[in-house]
Amino acid sequence: MNLELLQAYGPRMLSGLVTTLELVFISAGIGALMALPLALARNSRSRLLSVPAKCYILFFRGTPLLAQLFLIYYGAGQMRGPLDAFHVWWFFRDAFFCALFAFTINTTAYQAEILRAALGSLPRGQTEAAASLGLGSWVTLVRVLLPQAMILALRPLGNELILSLKASAIASIVTVPELMQATKLAFARSFEFQVYIWAAVIYFLMVEVVRRVWILFERRLTRHLVRAAV
Amino acid sequence: MGAFQLLSFGPEGWGSQLASGVWLTIRLAVATLPFGLASGLLLAIMINGRNRMLSRAALVFTTIFRALPELLTIFIIYYGLQFLIQAVVDAAWPGTSIEINGFLAGLFALGVVFASFASEIFVAGLRALPKGQAEAAHALGLSRGTAFVSVIAPQLFRLTLPGVGNLWFVLLKDTALVSVISLSDLMRQTTIAVSNTKQPIFFYGVTCLIYLCLSLVSGAVVALLEVRTNRAYRGAR
Repeated sequence: MNLELLQAYGPRMLSGLVTTLELVFISAGIGALMALPLALARNSRSRLLSVPAKCYILFFRGTPLLAQLFLIYYGAGQMRGPLDAFHVWWFFRDAFFCALFAFTINTTAYQAEILRAALGSLPRGQTEAAASLGLGSWVTLVRVLLPQAMILALRPLGNELILSLKASAIASIVTVPELMQATKLAFARSFEFQVYIWAAVIYFLMVEVVRRVWILFERRLTRHLVRAAV
Repeated sequence: MGAFQLLSFGPEGWGSQLASGVWLTIRLAVATLPFGLASGLLLAIMINGRNRMLSRAALVFTTIFRALPELLTIFIIYYGLQFLIQAVVDAAWPGTSIEINGFLAGLFALGVVFASFASEIFVAGLRALPKGQAEAAHALGLSRGTAFVSVIAPQLFRLTLPGVGNLWFVLLKDTALVSVISLSDLMRQTTIAVSNTKQPIFFYGVTCLIYLCLSLVSGAVVALLEVRTNRAYRGAR
């Protein structure tokens, strides 16, 4: 490890790390809030709801995140007039917000698909039993269906968070000053290959932390099943 | 300029550039697949093998490349290989400078990531195969090679097809990342078209639709393969 190099580029990479974490966790959080309505719309019997939801999920899961980001980032410039008229240009002018927006709508599609699959795999009897007990559809969803669906969805959702963490490096391509961008800059200036290795170690550690935290979550959610498994 | 003109194949339009980009994207994805599958299978056999050292090494390798961002892996392999080969060339023939082939670097980087994820699927698949299959093949006097090719591999293919199909979709979308090492894939050709025409929404929209079509076509192929590999099991469920 080269101390001079660390002194020169360490602070910038550290602030890049903070930006990366902001990007990932804000987008994953908002995505989680929007994914549930989307999953319900996708599972809905009404065509008016299920078809648009299906198209949304298909589009964002079927195209590269990079293409979506470019569409939003460069497309916003072309749409400046209308965006100005709605007073949202300040948002789309900023590469960070564009990346945040793109990551959010992307992860929403993936999370919705996970939730849809989990909710869909629950036996019909759960809904029927709740209905025969006189529970309303909202109570059924929150107290009966979701707790069971979350057990199934937890692991895929963790994988999705890890994938988002890795995909956040793409933001560097539109000059968002996150970890990857700071690393690229350090490499371009110093031509020291080891900065890429530092970045690799940091990303590796982040993924490892998420993975371990997720194991704890899973233990908590399935704590009522532990004795049955033994 | 209308949409038709922008996509035409003449000197005014960008049709031929986009088509060449699509062609490179497909070539890269299709060329990465056998490399990734073979390395993934090799890694899985190492992980499942009796040699502790090999199994550890393979596990460390796959854990690392599953955790790194694909973009970083591409950079590390592109520049890392360049440094490495340059060092070797400098030692042998001082003064010559070499440029690494972007296509090969992209193939290698995407292949390493693909192999790391595929090894997980193959490990699970190999464990899911009943031991009796290998033992029966042995009892019939098949050599280990023949047993693998005609007994184990076909069943492994069926078991791992859904997982490998998913990886193929990921690979197809990840090829867009090689545009950063100046490979003229669909993404890069689109960016060139955009910088010349100032029509980002139109061109990136079209490109998204092209990727979507590639995904849908592959989805249909995977579904067909699944029907075909499961034909012996139809009705059994």
